[in-house]
Amino acid sequence: TSGSVRCASVARIEKVLIANRGEIACRVMRTARKMGVRSVAVYSDADRHAMHVAMADEAYNIGPAPSQQSYLSMEKVLDVAKRSGAQAVHPGYGFLSENTEFAEQCKQEGIIFIGPPSSAIRDMGIKSTSKHIMSAAGVPIIGGYHGEDQSDETLQAEAAKIGYPVMIKAVRGGGGKGMRIALSEAEFHEQLESARREARKSFNDDVMLVEKFVENPRHVEVQVFGDQHGNAVYLFERDCSVQRRHQKIIEEAPGPGISPEVRQKLGEAAVRAAKAVNYVGAGTVEFIMDAQHNFYFMEMNTRLQVEHPVSEMITGTDLVEWQLRVAAGEPLPLTQEQMVLSGHSFEARIYAEDPNNDFLPGAGPLLHLSTPEGDEVTRIETGVREGDEVSVHYDPMIAKLVVWGEDRAAALKKLRYCLRQYNIVGLNTNIDFLLNLSGHPEFEAGNVHTSFIPLHYEQLFPAPAAPSKEVLCQAALGLLLRETLHTQAFTASSNDPFSPFGLSSGRRLNVLFNRTMTLQLGENKMKLLVTYNPDGSYTMKTGGEVFHVSGELQQEGKTTFLRCSVNGTMSRPKLVILDNTVHLFSMEGSAEVSVPVPKYLAGISVSGAQAGAVAPMTGTIEKVLVKAGDAVKKGDPLMVMIAMKMEHTIRAPKAGVIKKVLFREGSQANRHAALVELEEEEAEAGEAAST
Amino acid sequence: MQALVKDLRDKTEKIKLGGGEKARNLHTSRGKLLPRERIDRLLDPGSPFLEFSQFAAYNLYGKEEVPAGGIISGIGRVSGVECVIVANDATVKGGTYYPVTVKKHLRAQEIAQQNHLPCIYLVDSGGANLPRQADVFPDRDHFGRIFFNQARLSSEGIAQIAVVMGSCTAGGAYVPAMADESIIVRKQGTIFLGGPPLVKAATGEEVSAEDLGGADLHCRKSGVTDHYALDDDHALHLARKAVRNLNYKKHIDVTVEPSEPPLFPAEELYGIVGENLKRNFDVREVIARIVDGSKFDEFKAFYGDTLVTGFSRIFGYPVGIIGNNGVLFSESAKKGSHFIELCCQRNIPLIFLQNITGFMVGREYEAGGIAKDGAKMVTAVACANVPKITVIIGGSYGAGNYGMCGRAYSPRFLYMWPNSRISVMGGEQAATVLATITKDQRIREGKEFTAEQEVAMKEPIIKRFEEEGNPFFSSARLWDDGIIDPADTRLVLGLSLSAALNSPIQRTKFGVFRM
Repeated sequence: TSGSVRCASVARIEKVLIANRGEIACRVMRTARKMGVRSVAVYSDADRHAMHVAMADEAYNIGPAPSQQSYLSMEKVLDVAKRSGAQAVHPGYGFLSENTEFAEQCKQEGIIFIGPPSSAIRDMGIKSTSKHIMSAAGVPIIGGYHGEDQSDETLQAEAAKIGYPVMIKAVRGGGGKGMRIALSEAEFHEQLESARREARKSFNDDVMLVEKFVENPRHVEVQVFGDQHGNAVYLFERDCSVQRRHQKIIEEAPGPGISPEVRQKLGEAAVRAAKAVNYVGAGTVEFIMDAQHNFYFMEMNTRLQVEHPVSEMITGTDLVEWQLRVAAGEPLPLTQEQMVLSGHSFEARIYAEDPNNDFLPGAGPLLHLSTPEGDEVTRIETGVREGDEVSVHYDPMIAKLVVWGEDRAAALKKLRYCLRQYNIVGLNTNIDFLLNLSGHPEFEAGNVHTSFIPLHYEQLFPAPAAPSKEVLCQAALGLLLRETLHTQAFTASSNDPFSPFGLSSGRRLNVLFNRTMTLQLGENKMKLLVTYNPDGSYTMKTGGEVFHVSGELQQEGKTTFLRCSVNGTMSRPKLVILDNTVHLFSMEGSAEVSVPVPKYLAGISVSGAQAGAVAPMTGTIEKVLVKAGDAVKKGDPLMVMIAMKMEHTIRAPKAGVIKKVLFREGSQANRHAALVELEEEEAEAGEAAST
Repeated sequence: MQALVKDLRDKTEKIKLGGGEKARNLHTSRGKLLPRERIDRLLDPGSPFLEFSQFAAYNLYGKEEVPAGGIISGIGRVSGVECVIVANDATVKGGTYYPVTVKKHLRAQEIAQQNHLPCIYLVDSGGANLPRQADVFPDRDHFGRIFFNQARLSSEGIAQIAVVMGSCTAGGAYVPAMADESIIVRKQGTIFLGGPPLVKAATGEEVSAEDLGGADLHCRKSGVTDHYALDDDHALHLARKAVRNLNYKKHIDVTVEPSEPPLFPAEELYGIVGENLKRNFDVREVIARIVDGSKFDEFKAFYGDTLVTGFSRIFGYPVGIIGNNGVLFSESAKKGSHFIELCCQRNIPLIFLQNITGFMVGREYEAGGIAKDGAKMVTAVACANVPKITVIIGGSYGAGNYGMCGRAYSPRFLYMWPNSRISVMGGEQAATVLATITKDQRIREGKEFTAEQEVAMKEPIIKRFEEEGNPFFSSARLWDDGIIDPADTRLVLGLSLSAALNSPIQRTKFGVFRM
């Protein structure tokens, strides 16, 4: 029977090498462990202490941090595979996962490449070939003209054949340059000329192609799986329409508003596509879908996708397990008829990036990281832990938060609830943006498409609301209670542990102790007059309002909660205090309040948010524009650094004289590292006048 | 009593402000912090401050108001070390030294010396108050004694740190100069033996205060100061660092236990004690609202019961408590002496809760040797080397004051409750004594002394005693270290004990007890 075959063949993979890092490496190892398969990790110098290395049964260094010299080095990966005796290599996604040559070399070395045959990778890797194959297999493809005849007449005739609206695109184009849309025949000529002009100017080439234009399309993809016995199934569709920088950010399965009929059509088309290339293993067939739910083949990804967990959640499968079984020659664990779609699942990708700065990727340490509790319906797919660094060398994804619910509304509610509990300090993340996005009424309604973010920009990027005075009081209380904790710790460790001088009661004789705390909210400094009451509570005055504040710190595991009462309203936000900044996380949102660094310490501060002449993120100093002794004005450029493939100009935060340049060109600067020593200009006029 | 406490708080609130609004505004407009703010920021954030003699100079100089004597002193924790802090208040008469200012400064140094506490001087003073120079300059316990003390304290290993935050003129220049380590604020602190006007008068040289004795001069050229601060905050930060660099470790000679609050609320003391000194109360009720867990192990409970003695803990520190429950008899005095010997033998600090009209008088008692028994107790109190702390919770009259460790017996600290009275005897007794003497004289002279005359004679005496026995009168003259809210007694004692235990407890050698 097939059962005995399965046992016999699966025994061939006893050890698998995971040629990847981060969350996907960890994800594969979890399944490997479950199946009793030993896992072998590879790591670059930068990942020496990474989570995937700690999780693996064995781990091998494969070179320096840049992936070209490590994770992309086929030679090194294969060498480790041989040395470790791994029978199979799981490439994860990215890196070597869609590299035909690597798949072939594995085969030559007698090592199982967990993925499709190299021919399928190659066929699907070339756009025109893949479209031909799909078209031949009866998979709907987007109409278009890619011919050499560039006469106006031909192009216009082709456009009419495709049907308006059409897109006129420069073959060598990119970034929207040399691209025009013609809504009707009447404007075709004008748009064509315009596109040509721009293309000539930008690329010195005006060869055009014409394609069907789909307005505000959806990105819908189907998870397919094939085995070595010629079977192929689909595990329903995912909607990944909402994207930024042409990258997915939130995915769901099944696609919202898609009828069972369309679902079946999509699935069957995807299976046809897979069968057309004799597909083996996990693959994804991507379609674009218009408002009428017509769909057209875009491309096929011949790997396990980042967003595969949402498909797992609605089908109750483990696709990595399927991959390992299929690679070992087993037939697919389920037939199409056995496949049941149940409930709804979302995946939100948590990135180190700055949504307010065009989603600029970030890097840096995860100084604080707390996540919702993982369970049957909540998955935290991550490759980092608190204290780890999101490296400049690799993808800045921190984690994938995957949730499941009975239906879309339940799943979405769960997603938002969990996002609130996903709290990170140390670098910018897109969590608040994900909350805005997932809370948008149009998103809730399932009206998703690829232009979602630009279309709803205003609502998705609301002007940052200043924390309320109540939040300010909470932050102040957090600081006071932490101060108390430090004092208690000091007193307890002394040999006079019960001295009342160790009380943080602020007690004075016959009068109450008042103290002014200055807190910084973004650019604004707020003064808070705090009175220590004899009962241990505080009265806080700010901006003419009075608040009665009391509370305590509660520790749960590694997380600290601030149980507090402000004018009788109780709350319990998560409290993180790092450097000079208080971070409060609650179901109502997050707030950040900092304590300004005293002037006399500002020169040597490491946080230096307001000092400014510091590295905004870890990166390489490209250019040094000043030298010691130079006088600079506020805003003068000091250095140019390259971080996350972007140029950043570091400007003088204030006028002064450069005392010392701390980095030379080509050197690496860590986030928040001071780049220059700046001596402030002498004697502010006001001060001089008063002496 | 609640009214008295409210009055105390209201008065303190006013004193807390320091000089007048104009002076304060001028001070802060120069970017300077007020002296209490300076202390708050010098201390470990949120830690308590045991302030002394808030009512120094209260109603002492006629129309001239000198809040807190123009100087703020107390004990607080700086970088984890209990320190004596002395801060001039430049908003009060330019921070000049009145006689009481000198006395308060010297008292702070005495406290530092007795309890081995590092001293931090936040200097901002114009020096001696010239119109009162005769009461400030020449005598042993006048201005010069401050620098004598600095030298002696330093010689005993008690750190002397000066922070120059304003002027330090003439004699004042010696505070930073005599300090072990000194800090100066740029464009704010100045140190010179003679200020620009004096220099001009003496030599004709015209020079600005900053050039004559500013931070740059003293940190770069003269070496009078060691650390250069940009502003008050920076200076206080540097002072905290200086304390951290003392490498000071507190060693205490007593056992400590986790502290527990008393079982009864301290506010009940208001009702228990009341304002009427004639009304008796059981001192055990007071003790129960001061000591850890209200636990009091009484010693000789049934013997000489007008004096209550026993062991307790306050904030975990062991204490021997001696409290009055009436007039002292021979037995009470002998019991007290015995108990003091026990505490000295065992290194247990002594707490005196004074509410004493005196030793018993009368033929029987004189014959019973009350004088020699009283002398025993006075000897024991005088010689006891364990830390002694006195709180006057009621009357403090006559020799009772001596036996119960009055100011003359050098308790480490002495505090008064607002209801208390201190005088050689009660006003009425004094008036009666004087009236009786006058009456006897008149009778000898064959003159009449009518009841009306007696009343007319007694009234001003009673009034005067009432006025001079008042704690504010006492505190103004530094006969004590401060008037405290009865409800704060436990905390004040705890802080005082903690401070006192910085110095090693010396063995006691008693004098001859008359048997």
